[in-house]
Amino acid sequence: MNKIAILMVFIIFSCALISTILTLRPFGEPKSTEMDDYIIKNAQNETGSNNAVTSVVFDYRGFDTLGEATVLFTAVAGVLLVLRRNAHE
Amino acid sequence: MSEPSKIVKTIASIIFPFTMVFGIYVILHGHLTPGGGFQGGAIVASGIVLLLVAFGSAEIAKRVKESHLSILESIGALSFISLALLGLSTTFFYNFLAGSNFIFGRIPPFGSNPGDMNTGGVLPLMNISVGLKVIAGLSAIVLVLSLFARSRKQRKR
Amino acid sequence: MIHNVPYLAAVALAIIGLYAVLFKRNLIKIAIGISILESGVNLFLITLGYRENAVAPIYTNLPEGTSIPEGMTLPVPQALTLTSIVIGVAVLALMLSFAVKIYQHYGTLDSREIRRLRE
Repeated sequence: MNKIAILMVFIIFSCALISTILTLRPFGEPKSTEMDDYIIKNAQNETGSNNAVTSVVFDYRGFDTLGEATVLFTAVAGVLLVLRRNAHE
Repeated sequence: MSEPSKIVKTIASIIFPFTMVFGIYVILHGHLTPGGGFQGGAIVASGIVLLLVAFGSAEIAKRVKESHLSILESIGALSFISLALLGLSTTFFYNFLAGSNFIFGRIPPFGSNPGDMNTGGVLPLMNISVGLKVIAGLSAIVLVLSLFARSRKQRKR
Repeated sequence: MIHNVPYLAAVALAIIGLYAVLFKRNLIKIAIGISILESGVNLFLITLGYRENAVAPIYTNLPEGTSIPEGMTLPVPQALTLTSIVIGVAVLALMLSFAVKIYQHYGTLDSREIRRLRE
């Protein structure tokens, strides 16, 4: 019973994914790109960086990077908390 | 547990400095070429993992303590947040160094250019702090995991 | 149809990861499945931001005749994928350390056995 339910979930989810991508727009032609065009045009003037991806990561979307750094810090703290005490026994 | 052979140790100690130099290059040139703090930090941490595999975790744990690594990681996180706070006169995460003709303060000409190290505002500094954080964090994770496996193996004996 | 092949690759990765998560009982294999699922999602994000015959959005030694901005890929999906990759590494490290701890505590990595010993 349990196995049949898991199989149903798997089949339904896979069919949903495949039917979604078959109706998606063609590869390589993004539709609404105003924000990305603005960033590509103005990244050099506004942040002074040649690499637009770095200017997005650290300048335009710095809050995302702050959250990411927090997640990394929390993960390292968790691993040290779980495993460190036994390392010294 | 058998020791790794002499060939593994020799090749690892030859490759390790090159890995370090390449990782630091990727971190420092994060605003000019593909890469940045996270990628370069992962490369340097992979060099440290290479040393762990070749020489064993006990040899590395004598020289590097994971408490030192966590202090280094906290320094990286704090310098990242304080660099973000320094631009607070305008907004959080404001790039106050770009175009100020101070360190990293030049604006590159629009379009294709060969790349100048002295551009980018706070982005290179943030790359360095995030790179420090990622190096220390990933090395601490792998070091603690390998030390844990070693302590279990000794207890079984 | 041929234009959807990269999407098909991303969805194939996601389905393989989902299979491992749903049908495997070893905790390490479940962690591997979550990792594969994550890489499928990352590949999907990257393919959404690609333009036909475009180069990376980096101005250092740009090839001659690149039209700005039509000749460059979208930078924002790439930056968010970078965020997602780092979060994936953090989650994988936590999962593996908990798997190690569970093995030390129960002596097994089978998820059914762990459920049985819950009291």
